[in-house]
Amino acid sequence: MMNSLLGAVESGLIYALMALGVYITFRILDFPDLTVDGSFTTGGAIAAVMISGGSSPWIASICAMLGGFVAGAVTGLLHTKGKINGLLSGILMMIALHSINMRIMNSPNVSLLGESTVFESIKPLVLMPIIVILVKVLLDLFLRTELGLALRATGDNQRMIRSFGTHTDNTIILGLSLSNGLVALSGAFIAQQSGFADISSGIGMIVIGLASVIIGEAIFGARTVFFATLAAVLGSIVYRIVVALALRIEWMEQTDLKLITAVIVVFALVVPTVRRSWKQKGLARKRTLEIVSGAEQKQIGGGL
Amino acid sequence: MLKLSSVSKLFHPGSPDEKIALVNVNLHLQPGDFVTVIGSNGAGKSTLMNMISGVLKPDAGQILIGGRDIGHLPEYKRSRWIGRVFQDPMAGTAPHMTIEENLAMAYSRGKSRGLRIGVSAKRRGMFRDELSRLGIGLEGRLKAKVGTLSGGERQALSLLMATFTKPEILLLDEHTAALDPARAELVTRLTQSIVSELKLTTLMVTHNMEQAIRLGNRLIMMDRGRIILDIDEKTKRDLTMERLIGEFERISGHKLSDDRVVLGS
Repeated sequence: MMNSLLGAVESGLIYALMALGVYITFRILDFPDLTVDGSFTTGGAIAAVMISGGSSPWIASICAMLGGFVAGAVTGLLHTKGKINGLLSGILMMIALHSINMRIMNSPNVSLLGESTVFESIKPLVLMPIIVILVKVLLDLFLRTELGLALRATGDNQRMIRSFGTHTDNTIILGLSLSNGLVALSGAFIAQQSGFADISSGIGMIVIGLASVIIGEAIFGARTVFFATLAAVLGSIVYRIVVALALRIEWMEQTDLKLITAVIVVFALVVPTVRRSWKQKGLARKRTLEIVSGAEQKQIGGGL
Repeated sequence: MLKLSSVSKLFHPGSPDEKIALVNVNLHLQPGDFVTVIGSNGAGKSTLMNMISGVLKPDAGQILIGGRDIGHLPEYKRSRWIGRVFQDPMAGTAPHMTIEENLAMAYSRGKSRGLRIGVSAKRRGMFRDELSRLGIGLEGRLKAKVGTLSGGERQALSLLMATFTKPEILLLDEHTAALDPARAELVTRLTQSIVSELKLTTLMVTHNMEQAIRLGNRLIMMDRGRIILDIDEKTKRDLTMERLIGEFERISGHKLSDDRVVLGS
């Protein structure tokens, strides 16, 4: 039990980088970016091929991140310059990346058994918290810079930030690049942790990222950027713990996971909306009655 | 300062909805001019604003600011010289960001945005001073999300954001139209004091005739894509509503019968 929990925290921390990436596109840019499913695998592929080719695992990880960066930039270019719908741009890139990833790996699976990885001398449970905190702090800082503010405003009110001189095409491309860079880095670390890169490792990644962001927000709140990024990180860990617990149920199969994840996301998206609309209705009714009865009393008072 | 020469714009060219929105518009604003623009729906007032700000590009003619031809520049490049307040109070601010963050974005107008922290301690002090000039207590709510402000407060903030970097041209696009009378009056008063204090060259579209007469030193009237009346400073001083309506009907040859033209406030 303890072991599987520790394992869940460990992978939760690695996937947290991916969740932070999804937070950038989904929450900051308000852009549902499906590139993630492809760029996660790209990260793993680049790292695995480079490491098995003899490169230093750190350099391989950084190159993996750059690969994701480029993939995100292409999605951004398709959307902004090619004027292709955002969802479709991501899907196109995801499909294209599948072929590219095969080219990089040359086979559906690249093993890292016996190779040196970033986790060789430092255990993931020690190394990952440092990396995740570092990335989170840097991201928080970036989002407070002039450029970061412009990026956030691009998702919040594009018309407004354009009227203050920001070319929103550039901020969208930047956001998608950063996001997919983090996603690919996460993919690179996962490949090194699990000892192999697999062509299908990215499938469903966007939904897992969404689940992490949404679960985190539901539990920890997202009042400010600081809390929102914290929520994405913790959400990723909570998600892995939930999955680990679910897998302990006897009749549950590994392959049921994606269904469970989808159900979690649907719930997390629907419940707050329904609750808000109920609350709104209740408030409208209450205030209307108050105001109407107030007005009636006044009339009676006037009549007397 | 701002010069439009023979600017024309055609909407939906080649389609059954083809419509000429601006016809050979000539307009010349001197530095410090405060021009109010009136006209019925579809007269081309908003198109004029969008042409100057760069949301739309002219199909013919030139737009110059301070002698530079800017007609071909996209909106984000023109914003270096142009401050703008929209009609919709939601349009000019980012609702999920704080007041100070919104001000920081406005402060970077026309400069390249780098990795400097947007809201530094020094800037925060300056933002507080600027906000306190509005006199509506926003200086105590720097960290409040703009989405929690009322429409009037947001419009006052938008006005400050559009003006405090002293743009060469200020465009006000019916910026009080969506507010209730009391708040509209407040924003109008703020507009007057900010424009006169910073001596901003201003073009203000309004559907409120009384406001158009009361504010500014010049008044232009538009109809069917043309400027049909340009009233100079001297004439405007003793302009009345009756004379304005009379002029309109005389020149345009049709009655001023638009629900949206409000005669008084």
